[in-house]
Amino acid sequence: MKIIVAIKQVAARDSQLRIAASGQWIDEGDLAYEINEPDAYALEAGLQLKEAHGGEVIAISAGPARVAQTIREALAKGADRAIHIEEDLSAADPLAAARLLAAALRTESPDLVLTGLQSDDLGYGQTGPILAELLGLPHATIIMQVEKSESGIRVKREMEDGWFQFVEMPVPALLSIQSGFSKLRYATLMGIKKAKTKEIRRVTAADLGVSAAPPTIAFDRVYLPERAKRTQLFEGTPKQAAAQLVEKLKFEARVI
Amino acid sequence: MKVLAILEQRQGQWQRMSFETLAAAQHFAAALGGTASAAVVGQGTAPLAAELASKQLETVYAVEHALLAQYTPDGYCLALRQLIERVQPTLVVFPHTYQVRDFLPKLAASFGQAAVSDVVGDRLGHGQLVLVRQLFQGKVNVDVRFEGDGPHFASLQAGAYRADQIAAGAATVEVFAPAIAPEQIRTHPQEPFRGSQRVVDLSAAEIIVSVGRGIKEADNLPLVQKLADVLGAELAASRPICDAGWLPMERQVGSSGQTVAPKMYLAVGISGAIQHLVGMKGSRTIVAINKDANAPIFEVADYGIVGDLFQIVPELIEAIKKVK
Repeated sequence: MKIIVAIKQVAARDSQLRIAASGQWIDEGDLAYEINEPDAYALEAGLQLKEAHGGEVIAISAGPARVAQTIREALAKGADRAIHIEEDLSAADPLAAARLLAAALRTESPDLVLTGLQSDDLGYGQTGPILAELLGLPHATIIMQVEKSESGIRVKREMEDGWFQFVEMPVPALLSIQSGFSKLRYATLMGIKKAKTKEIRRVTAADLGVSAAPPTIAFDRVYLPERAKRTQLFEGTPKQAAAQLVEKLKFEARVI
Repeated sequence: MKVLAILEQRQGQWQRMSFETLAAAQHFAAALGGTASAAVVGQGTAPLAAELASKQLETVYAVEHALLAQYTPDGYCLALRQLIERVQPTLVVFPHTYQVRDFLPKLAASFGQAAVSDVVGDRLGHGQLVLVRQLFQGKVNVDVRFEGDGPHFASLQAGAYRADQIAAGAATVEVFAPAIAPEQIRTHPQEPFRGSQRVVDLSAAEIIVSVGRGIKEADNLPLVQKLADVLGAELAASRPICDAGWLPMERQVGSSGQTVAPKMYLAVGISGAIQHLVGMKGSRTIVAINKDANAPIFEVADYGIVGDLFQIVPELIEAIKKVK
């Protein structure tokens, strides 16, 4: 099975975010980056499918030069090779990003395209189903389990309120993988060493023949939310703060 | 301008967010000087469509086809594409459900559009609709506007609009029969089933101690368990903790887990992504312990301590022991 996993690099989870002077995005100056966690589960699903059925796992990512680090980590975990679309897409709309990915995916003709459920930065949760439309592939999202079947694959889809559903579908297909699909693996030392020799194909939008279309949605303003400040905060040493909190819980809220 | 609300049903039952979407469609239409219509998709939708006839809507579309009896992304996209081409709305709104997340991006892309997903509010800017979304798990907000001609697409987060604010009126009901051939539907869903029965009913707990990513490792969980024990509380968690397998899925609070409203909800190391907040913001007293003063959990918390949970929780346990 030839499997391509789309991964995204996002600001590290505990980043202190500041708004950029332009008011159009965050200040990227001193941020640390990591793989978008939902995509780590998609990568894990791809690696497990390869281990079960053979084939190849290709990681694809779009973003500036710094994304190479996240790609290397995917290769260290076991992806066989990678495609890096070197374009700065930070606040781009999901259709623009998906058009670039789709152009690169067309040259590979994979059996399965996997994505994470959503990104931790923009959080649109749209790249997978848009790619399915652009590539003409059947798709299913929020997938907990993937099995090979006679005619293609059988997947387990999470629905709301604790409901699930099995779906039969042909391949090639696109799946967006639910976080928690399986435990994530760590890269081994051997994996890290091997990653250095694996191929990363670098392409640009121009190489892919994708010209920038006018955006259909645009950011007016990025800002820190105005918190409805109604939280009573307790300060001092941990001991003092804990004592004040317990007093309020006992005598004001009367919950203990 | 026309606003079209696509409502969700399963086996003749409304998805509870559908009426919030209907209220939003009426609100957008009023703000922009237009009319709202609504559509319900499936097979045997006549009773649901009839229910909408008493709302202030221009037209209610019952989108009917035998191949829509069960949801598939292909079937819904084919049907809604034809409906939208026929109705020509400027704006199409949806509840931000799992099902909508599955097909809306594909539908919008087929019109060359990106949807504004997971909208939490709106404002009018220069007579134009501006939608508010969250970025970075609720740490940052963004105002988004549509560019170019419609149809434009948006999905609305649970609780963003109020279902009790729907205006009554009289609407025409119209049956719309899309053309769908069986071979156009490429995925074959089986009957939905319930996951394993819940052993833990968090909704019955009076006090819940809930733990998030701030706990760092599974090995640190006994600390919060101890806090739960001294309070006589149930232990719960945010999604990442259950995804990592540190606590069973049945202890998860949030949009993909349980919805709770205990007397006290004590969130330890939970930043408060919207998916978590929707599952617990109805709690009577909310307490948050988090190292980030800007974490969205402090938007809903009544009491809070900003600091290192590994220093605060042991002191809290001691302080509670003293007063109990």
